[in-house]
Amino acid sequence: MKQFWHSARLPISLLVALHLAVVLAGFLSPEDPAKQNRKSALLAPMNIHFVDSRSKLHLRPLVTVEGEDRPLRFFVSGSQYRLLGLFRLRTHLFGLDEPSGIHLLGTDEFGRDQFSRVLWGGQISLATGWLAAVISVGLGMLLGLAAGFWGGWRDSVIMRGAELFLALPWLYLLLAVRAFLPLSLSPSATALMLIAVIGVVGWARPARLVRGVALSAKERDYVYAARGFGASAWYLATRHCLPETYSVAATQAALLIPQYILAEVTLSFIGLGVGEPVASWGNLLAPLRQFSIITSAWWMALPALIVVLTSWCFLRLEDALSSPSPRKHECEKMV
Amino acid sequence: MLSRYLLRRFAHIAFLLAGISALSFALLELAPGDFLGEAKLNPQLSAQTIAALREQYGLNKSLLQKYIYWLGSVAKGDFGVSFAYNLPVSTLLWPRMLKTLELTVSSLTLSWLIAVPLGVWSAANRRGWLDRVVSFAVSALLAIPDLVLACIALLVAVRSGIFHSGDPVLPVTVLVLGALPILVRHTRAALLSVSAEPFARAALANGIHGFELWFRWLLPAAANPLASLFGLSVAGLISSSLLVETILGWPGLGPLFLEAIGARDFYLVIGPVILSAAFLAGGTLLGDILLYMVDPRIRLES
Repeated sequence: MKQFWHSARLPISLLVALHLAVVLAGFLSPEDPAKQNRKSALLAPMNIHFVDSRSKLHLRPLVTVEGEDRPLRFFVSGSQYRLLGLFRLRTHLFGLDEPSGIHLLGTDEFGRDQFSRVLWGGQISLATGWLAAVISVGLGMLLGLAAGFWGGWRDSVIMRGAELFLALPWLYLLLAVRAFLPLSLSPSATALMLIAVIGVVGWARPARLVRGVALSAKERDYVYAARGFGASAWYLATRHCLPETYSVAATQAALLIPQYILAEVTLSFIGLGVGEPVASWGNLLAPLRQFSIITSAWWMALPALIVVLTSWCFLRLEDALSSPSPRKHECEKMV
Repeated sequence: MLSRYLLRRFAHIAFLLAGISALSFALLELAPGDFLGEAKLNPQLSAQTIAALREQYGLNKSLLQKYIYWLGSVAKGDFGVSFAYNLPVSTLLWPRMLKTLELTVSSLTLSWLIAVPLGVWSAANRRGWLDRVVSFAVSALLAIPDLVLACIALLVAVRSGIFHSGDPVLPVTVLVLGALPILVRHTRAALLSVSAEPFARAALANGIHGFELWFRWLLPAAANPLASLFGLSVAGLISSSLLVETILGWPGLGPLFLEAIGARDFYLVIGPVILSAAFLAGGTLLGDILLYMVDPRIRLES
């Protein structure tokens, strides 16, 4: 355990910070992520500095906007947002005096603030990862338990089904299922559909693992004893077998969340995910496919760093959770 | 024994492919809209024309009739017809598949040629400077998704201007970098576990060391997990390059597949799906056969 904390401290604290920042996106981001401003399209990132153009030192941080040094203000009033989806607020952690905007990561081709969009986009991407993983693992536990505990025809039907889902390379499976669903929907409907598709498509692997655990769990002596005392099958399955599968489920979830975040990024990147104007990490990277963006606006690639950071953190976490030797699931990324 | 085993595996693969295609057709029935859905909005096409097209493409038929038609065309080697191109799917698929294979086969060869010596070397110099550099590079590369790697390659291509489109250097590099960390890690781990065995120490005591020890004696003994891994990398020949092709504009299967999804060109979607499943099943089978060949202790059962 001590060893676990030693190697997992950094990734866990980074992940907590990242999730907090994303949850508090409205407060931390200076701008409305959807607000367009054609006049400030494709601005390079602004530096925060303390020395103004006349080499004078200031205690208050400065930002250069259109050649003019402007002081950074804290707890400024700006565009309205909902914190945690509940409280309507106008206070932002930092910003400038109206009307000029602050763009720490530059702006995109519509003049929207990239920094705000990265934070807001994280809400879609991280939520997709977590919720889809919950769906996958939940379905996997349900079906795996049904297959392993009751056996018989249920087992063969469920496991044949799992084989079908495992017979396709993962991205192809995801895209093929996506191909049969409506292409243009409202952003919130698309987000929900995306979560459902990614989650449902991945049920087979957790189901297989849970089935294995359930198969061995139902042969335990205490299960026989409880059966002898007249416990119902439902009681045995939920009270005795289900808890045995929790650790497998947790490891699977830790493994699936980053994979599903990437799935959202990939689908949105190729235009099959949540559409504009909603920000998601995939949408933020999508402009990179345009020649003009990639030649002239290098800062548009910065959101890629947050994707890399997130997957690095989860990777470290997985390493800390399991033994450091390479694992089988890693090979499956080859396909 | 082997032939009976192969027969059973092939039957299983055929069963899987039939299941996947049946499932795809079932999903098709639930799917809203079809290829002609957009055409309805086009004022230049009359309702009669659309009805005629619908008839011609067989979109009015029942699900079962469509499936039977498709199975028939598979038997002919056509894999159905693409609505958008008005051509048999196979004539579109084969050239694209060859382009994809050109990319993936060369990257597979390269990545194995690099990964095995690198993995052996870093296992042999465990905790040495090379091992440290390699492990650092491996964990860094593992965290960078293919998508980001491909974007970086695009940036390099555009900035440097030396790579023209259709140049396989960049896509192959991205694919190799994507596959390397996994291969190197597994090679290293396999060799490390073998090197702890008594026979390795016996070899060392007999004066066998260095290159001969690691490549001549330990590598074959560590081939077990590598055989399965090789099967998996063959399994990904069709599918692993989808993103890289799409981002770097390589005219392989990936872009065609995405285009077909966007256009609701149904049979053109099914084609690559079945093909990728066939490669996945074939690669897994190949891995199992290789495993059987390198390790006679393994029995052909499940």
